[in-house]
Order: sequence, then C-alpha cells, then structure tokens
Amino acid sequence: MASMDTSSTSGRFPAGGQAFPHRDLLGIGQVERHEILFLLDEAEQWVEMNRQSAKHSDTLAGLTIINAFFENSTRTLLSFEIAGKRLGADVVNMHAAQSSVKKGETLIDTAITLNAMRADAIVIRHGSSGAVDLIAGKVDCPVLNAGDGQHEHPTQALLDALALRHALEARGEGSEDFTGLTVTICGDILHSRVARSNILCLTALGASVRLCAPPALMPAGIEAMGARPFTDFDEALRGTDVAMMLRLQTERMSGQFIPSAREYHHLYGLTRERLERCAPDALVMHPGPMNRGVEIDSEVADMLDRSIITRQVEMGVAIRMACLDVLTRKGRGVPGWGDNDGGRQKDEGQWV
Amino acid sequence: MKQLRPLTITGGCLVTPDGVKPGVIRLAEGKIVALGDIPPDDGDKIVDAKGQLVAPGLVDLGVFAVDRPAFHFGGITRAALMPDQLPPLDLPSRVSYIAKSGKPDLWIHPLAAATRNLDGYELAELGLMRNAGARGVATGRSWIADSGVMARLLGYAAMLDLPVIAHPEDGGLVGEAVATAGEMATRLGLPSAPQQAEVLAVARDIALAEMTGARLHIRQVTTVAALDLVRAAKQRGVSVTAGVTPAHFMLSDLATAEFRTFANLSPPLRPEIHRQAVIAAIGDGTIDVVASGHDPRGPEDKRLPFSDAKPGMAGAETLLAMTLTLVRDGLIDTARAFDLMAGAPARLLGIEAGVLQEGYEADIALIDPERPWVVDSRKMAATAGNTPFDGQPAQGRAIALFKGGVPIG
Repeated sequence: MASMDTSSTSGRFPAGGQAFPHRDLLGIGQVERHEILFLLDEAEQWVEMNRQSAKHSDTLAGLTIINAFFENSTRTLLSFEIAGKRLGADVVNMHAAQSSVKKGETLIDTAITLNAMRADAIVIRHGSSGAVDLIAGKVDCPVLNAGDGQHEHPTQALLDALALRHALEARGEGSEDFTGLTVTICGDILHSRVARSNILCLTALGASVRLCAPPALMPAGIEAMGARPFTDFDEALRGTDVAMMLRLQTERMSGQFIPSAREYHHLYGLTRERLERCAPDALVMHPGPMNRGVEIDSEVADMLDRSIITRQVEMGVAIRMACLDVLTRKGRGVPGWGDNDGGRQKDEGQWV
Repeated sequence: MKQLRPLTITGGCLVTPDGVKPGVIRLAEGKIVALGDIPPDDGDKIVDAKGQLVAPGLVDLGVFAVDRPAFHFGGITRAALMPDQLPPLDLPSRVSYIAKSGKPDLWIHPLAAATRNLDGYELAELGLMRNAGARGVATGRSWIADSGVMARLLGYAAMLDLPVIAHPEDGGLVGEAVATAGEMATRLGLPSAPQQAEVLAVARDIALAEMTGARLHIRQVTTVAALDLVRAAKQRGVSVTAGVTPAHFMLSDLATAEFRTFANLSPPLRPEIHRQAVIAAIGDGTIDVVASGHDPRGPEDKRLPFSDAKPGMAGAETLLAMTLTLVRDGLIDTARAFDLMAGAPARLLGIEAGVLQEGYEADIALIDPERPWVVDSRKMAATAGNTPFDGQPAQGRAIALFKGGVPIG
C-alpha cells in the first residue's frame, strides 16, 4: 500500500492543499479527522523509505529548518533532526535553553530573529502553554509544535496513532481508524501535553479513551474532552486494548503530588499481573523517557509481542517527515498547494 | 485649580440616588450648592447639557496606576490607588506624596499597604499613614496568608476606622495558577487553581471581620459560593462589602481561548456559571462596587506566553460603558449603576463625593449613555492598551468632566 508516489492518497482526501489547509501544525485541536488520516497516510511512504538502507530523499533540498528548543529534549529533537535531514533539508538546532534567552531576550524577539534568517519551517518546543501559538503569529513560515507546556504535542499523538495502526495491521486487525478500540492513558495526566494531544487524536479516530491518575494529577473538566477519568488503575485497565503509560513529570510539579515513587508504583505501575486485566494481547505504549520500575516494569516494557514502545520511536521520524513535507509544500510551490488554494485567513473572528 | 466663577449646568438629567430627573445643578467654590428645579444666578457660567446625563464623577476603587488620560476618558474624577507600587505605599511619606500627585484635576486616594513591603508579616504604620492621607488599607495583589496577622490587621484597622480592602485568593491553592480549574484551563493546558481558592479566602476574612468588627471590603468576589458567603454575612449584619470589575460580569474563561494574555486577570476569569452569579449578585445588592481594576501593562508584560504574562487589564476607559450594559439589560437602573461606580466607593472611602448632593464636591461627569464606540487597544488613552474588550462595540461615553467645579480638558 505504501509507495513513493504521493498520489496514492488521491481520491480519499480533498485535492491538493485542501487536504491539509493549515500553514502550521500547532495542535491536534485545530485539525480535522480527515486531516489526521491524511498525515498518517502521507507518513507511510517514509516508513517504507526509513526501512531501506539508503534513507535519503531530496524532497526538501535547499530548505532550511530550524529546530528551536526552549526546553531540553533528546528524542524529539533527534527525531525532527533526522526527519529533516532524510528529506534533504538543512537542519539547524537551536538549544535556546542555553542561549540568548538566558540573556533576557524575549520570546518574540527570538522568533523575529529566527524569521529574519529566512527559515522555511520552524520546529518549536517551549515550556509554556501557548508559546508556540504566540511565535506562529509573529513569523511567516510554517511552525510545528514540538510540545508547548502542558498544552499539546501533536506529532507525538500522530506517531502514536501510526504506531498503533501498524501494530493492529501486523496482527491482521487493521482498519482505517480506531473505532471500537479502548485506550487507557495512565500517569501524570495533569502535566501531560502528550495526554491532551492523544485524547483529541484518538477520540477523533473513533477510539474510547480512559484516563487513570491519582486525583491530584487529573485535570478538572477533562471529561469534557471526551475521555473517561478513573482513579482505580485495575478498573481502568479492565478489558482495555491499549495501555499507554506516562511518566511523572516531576520537573513541572511544585509541591508534592504523590507520596513516593514506590507508592506510585504500588498503585499505578504497569506490572505483568496488571497487564492480565487488559484485553487479551493488549498493547503497551509509552512516549518515553521511561522510568522503569515506577510507571512500568521492565519485563512489561520489553515484551516483544505486546510492547510497541520502540515502534513508536520509529514512527516518530516518519510522521515528522510527513509533517515537514506537507507543511512546506506551499512554500516549495508543489502543484495544487499554491497561494490561493490553502491557507486560512489569520484574522477571522473579529467583533466588528 | 480653584473654581473662580460659579457654574450652572442646565438642560440635563440629574442622576441622583432617587433616580434620574431633569434639572439644573449649580456649582460654586468647588462644591455643589444647589440642584433641582432652580434658576441660574446672574453672572454664572452656563453649560447646556443638551439632555445628557449629569452624573457624579466616578470614584474608582482599587486601581494600580495613576493614569490621568485614561481616567478622564472614563469619566473618573477620583481613584483609590492600590499600595502595589514601586516602592509600595507602606510609609507615611509615600502616602502623602501620592495623595497630592493627581491634583488638581484628578484626586488620588492612597490605600495604605497593610503590611511592610506587602509581604504579609509585619503590620505597617497604619495610623501614621491615615494621617498622611490614606483612606483605607489594602492587602495588595495577594492575600495575607497568616490568619493571625490578618486578624490583628482587621482589629487595628477597626480601631482606626479604616476599611480593609482584601484580595481573596488562598495562596496555597493558587500557587502558580493563571486560570480557573475547569474545561478551558484543561484544554489549554494552563496551570490552574480551583475556584474554591476564593471561597476559602472570603470565608476566612468574613469570619475575622465578624470577630473584630472591622469594615471589610473584598475587592473582587467572582464565584458562586463566595458570593453566597457575602450575602449571608450581610444578612447577619457583618460589615462587609464586595466589589467586582466588568471583566467578571462581561467575560467567562472562554475569553482566554487562543491564549489571549489580555484576558489573563487576577483573579482569573471563571466558567460561565460564575459570571451569571456575579450578574445576579449585582442585581440583588450583594455586590456594592464596580471598579476598573485599572492596571495598564505594556507588551513587555503581555506579549508573552499566557502563563508567563502578568495579570491585569487597562479598565478605566471601559468601566462606564460596560457597567451601563447592565442598565440596558434591565438588571439595574441608572441611579444604581452610579452608586456602584461612584456613591458606594465614596462612602467606603469616607469622602464627600460620588453623589449629587448639596455641600458635596462638585465632581461632575456629563454622560451620553447611548453614544456608540468601539474599544480599540491600539487607540486607548491609557498608558497601555491591554483590554480584554478589544474590538468590542460599546455604548456610553463621558463627554465632559468637571473636577471641583472646574472643567477638565
């Protein structure tokens, strides 16, 4: 099904730029179900290519992509860097955590500086919710959100969906979306942008989402996003098809949220016994980095037939390649993706 | 500037505590000397109000900056300044300097810092600051966490007969929060605190006011349960009054969508059910004061990610128009609207102003209550345009202002 020919998706999605009429990818909250499916389908060709020995395309040759990471990151930064390089772009990493931001430069000034260097796409991670939206409003190239505070991490949700889709296909249960599937996300939901993006993405694709966390780590009003909250882990796991474990984001906690890691493991650690409560052959996911022995036991994380944690990492590169490819099509002048047929008005919704 | 020549305003509708009625008002030597159905004296300067409202100049209780052009645009002739200045108003010398700073055409009534450096531990010299011109005591932008300090403050202020203006948010629950816990904050991923932070603080402060007999004014009461507490305390005869700013009866936390930092306020905007409760509380008299909370903040404080931005809004210019929406909605009448914005705050501060009454200060605003305009953050008179009402159509403008009988501008 996957091929190097992008026209493989034609007919299933709106033509040209209408398939993804956004300049930026700021969050799953701003995209439609068919746009998510479009990005997943676009990623398939890159999954294929990444498995070959020669992993290079010249699709983005000559383009400059800046990865501006205002918060420390290893895997996401690496994943975006590899994605850009495999597409032939010139990738520059800016570790803003130790740069001029420390000298008092405002975020807006940094954004304007990046813009003036004529990047063709900017990938941003920032510790404050909404920071990426703010930058997107000040630059005139596509902006990709690589995680903003506790708000969204859209490429993570997309790669999780792609990994899940592949795992189900490998098992012969593949279908376009996740209708009928139950996914339980367990861990520090309150501080997790991964949880928020995944709730939006999984529910858009038809899955039922359960959330499980101690009360202090469960955000108020989360059921309004379409997920069912639990505090009892065993109850939340009962019959679930996928267990997605999240780590405790101690760096975002001021004050004590749980008594100890040992106690957390006792109540919310995914052990082999707990895995038995899930549906037969239930899958285990984790966005990483894992704290083995806290939220997940090593023997569960390493179960070859159940854990798709490394597959998630693999899909990350493909999804990011697809996002970079799709978002730069207008700038590259790909036929059908020109000026007049994509791109929404930025200043809609005025009072008068 | 002293009023040299008597002035008579004819042809207007006088906004008095008993209602709005056509009439004439005569101002001499800075005071209101007569009003009602009176003929102008020979030699008076005559101003024709052309049928517009002749109202008391607004008394804005609890502003964070002295911003003369914004206050005058908004029909405000007196403002009580919060002690959160640089340096804070915690010394008599600072208070007496501020008390003179606005004269002649804007009177600033300083509110003394309750504690030194507003840090919530040691009481400031409230008696000396009263003599220096302080009209009240305020806890500043945050509450006093130590209940023992708060109890002693209220007792001391009661002895001095100074009202205590409190900020009701339990600091422990609030922490780093910039939003009210609920669907909006969860979707946006903003650090949030439960609305009970306000309920707890209001409950404690009412209990301590009841114990000490102090006059407690809670600057902003914005939640269902806290308003119920105020309502019940008033029925018991506790000396408590409540205020609010237009943001909390015009907007819910939906206004924070797209991380609009102009809607980053303290206390944060609440879900819609609380907005409805605020409106009801204005209607039934639980809320006594509507103030602007004027806090102009430039781009260095607001052009930031939502949770990094400073809270506050430039509210002086929109106070009048937003409060008049409650009149047009039939919730309150015009007389009550001006009691909320002028009469009640003046009584609280113990000043003879805020009401059209013989012998009171001749602070007068001529107001066209129907005049349409559009709030535009780029064209505001204030030192910064951080209004959550940006782009919104509004109705009602001050068209002339007199301070002590002298026309302004």
